[in-house]
Amino acid sequence: MRARARTRTDPALIRRSLIVTGLLFLGLFLFLPLMAVFSNALAKGISGYLGAIKEPDAWSAIRLTLLAAGIVVPLNVVFGLAAAWAIAKFDFSGRGFLITLIDVPFSVSPVISGMIFVLLFGAQGLLGGWLRRHDIKIIFAVPGIVLATIFVTFPFVARELIPLMQVLGSDEEEAALTLGASGWRTFLRITLPNVKWSLLYGVILCNARAMGEFGAVSVVSGHVRGLTNTMPLYVEILYNDYQFVPAFAVASLLTLLALVTLVAKSLVEWKSESTHPAAGSAER
Amino acid sequence: MSIEARNITKRFADFVALNDVTLRVPGGELVALLGPSGSGKTTLLRIIAGLDFANCGSVFFDGEEITLRTVQDRGVGFVFQHYALFHHMTVFDNVAFGLTVKPRRQRPSADEIRATVTKLLKLVQLDWLANRFPSQLSGGQRQRVALARALAVEPRVLLLDEPFGSLDGKVRQELRRSLRRLPDEIHVTSIFVTHDQEEALEVADRVVVMNAGRIEQEAPPDEVYHHPANAFCLRFSR
Repeated sequence: MRARARTRTDPALIRRSLIVTGLLFLGLFLFLPLMAVFSNALAKGISGYLGAIKEPDAWSAIRLTLLAAGIVVPLNVVFGLAAAWAIAKFDFSGRGFLITLIDVPFSVSPVISGMIFVLLFGAQGLLGGWLRRHDIKIIFAVPGIVLATIFVTFPFVARELIPLMQVLGSDEEEAALTLGASGWRTFLRITLPNVKWSLLYGVILCNARAMGEFGAVSVVSGHVRGLTNTMPLYVEILYNDYQFVPAFAVASLLTLLALVTLVAKSLVEWKSESTHPAAGSAER
Repeated sequence: MSIEARNITKRFADFVALNDVTLRVPGGELVALLGPSGSGKTTLLRIIAGLDFANCGSVFFDGEEITLRTVQDRGVGFVFQHYALFHHMTVFDNVAFGLTVKPRRQRPSADEIRATVTKLLKLVQLDWLANRFPSQLSGGQRQRVALARALAVEPRVLLLDEPFGSLDGKVRQELRRSLRRLPDEIHVTSIFVTHDQEEALEVADRVVVMNAGRIEQEAPPDEVYHHPANAFCLRFSR
């Protein structure tokens, strides 16, 4: 019994040193920065912390972040579901191209992601003249921020759903059709329940990125205080103004968002494993 | 309900799955489509069901052309090779599904649905499993649920795709016997696809031997066994 155990696991020394290395790494790159954010945010005590958050500019940054996420996440759910449905259930010319296209936001630098919208909709851009004549502001206004955020967060939902839908196949949907269900009914009662955990996972990731996006939004935003600053942009402005405590205070909100996201992710992963063990391992 | 598939041709890119195939099944008959993989038998079944559409040809139910009708409007019951049970629903909800998605006017009440589902589950001897999930059932049990689910909507036509393909030994025997008895208990025209000659010869009223997209022979089991039409049928029926 003991001989078998020894051959199957690594020696205790290796196991322990790997764990210590992992913990050191986590400690250096995760815990220390977390501690730094919170200790700096609370350097002037709770009143200093709350005062920073209650600033009108801080509030509008929080509102804008929530607004952007509130528009971007539902839109990407619709796009992601549609794209995953088409890719997983059908074979059509251009399918490979669509799959590649979905991955583009991941491979493009966020700054470039913002630049493309400036080149399209900016004053000197392709459509700039047309937009100015119709008095529509996209760049340096909220629509631009929303567009840039949609672009960088687009892949999350689709990439979570595609492998799962491919594994699940179309059998259950076809069965529902033969039983008389319409396409829409089939989607609501068969497809969605089957992918709900992956969908939720994709939504969580999409939301986290939407709220935390800096590069792309920075390029299109124009940094107009109280109007076009999201929380990440506002943190940068405060920091550049040497207002360290308010900067860290707003940053701590984003940090709390990150922690909540991690917890939600773990819960969804755990729930998904317990209901669909095979599908769960196929995705990850 | 008689079924007629006339001059069906189906091509997938360069591959001809069905080559001008005509099949007539009188009402109430149990017909086996027998052939090796790639012979086109599942494709033909799916075209009759409406899950696929032929490049040319037409399909008739009781003389009425339904070639362009959607699968929902054809009133077919389909039993899939891998059962295709809704794995997030209980056995009861699976069988009740077809009844719960009927248009409001035609939908039975909750009590009527419960009565129908219970009756069907008793028919396939699975009423004691009504609250289990498909993942908790054995292969044979899942197959019976799939059959009950297909029958719940009182289809005019029952189509089965390799219904016993993934089952073994005794379970296959029992289910074969149940399938054999089915047309006596319920008035439905059935077509089932198989590559198992013993199964086709034992269960069906008529056997249709298919090969490479064509029908090689169409006859009662005895005739196919004793008087195979050509070398292929001889090889395949023994």
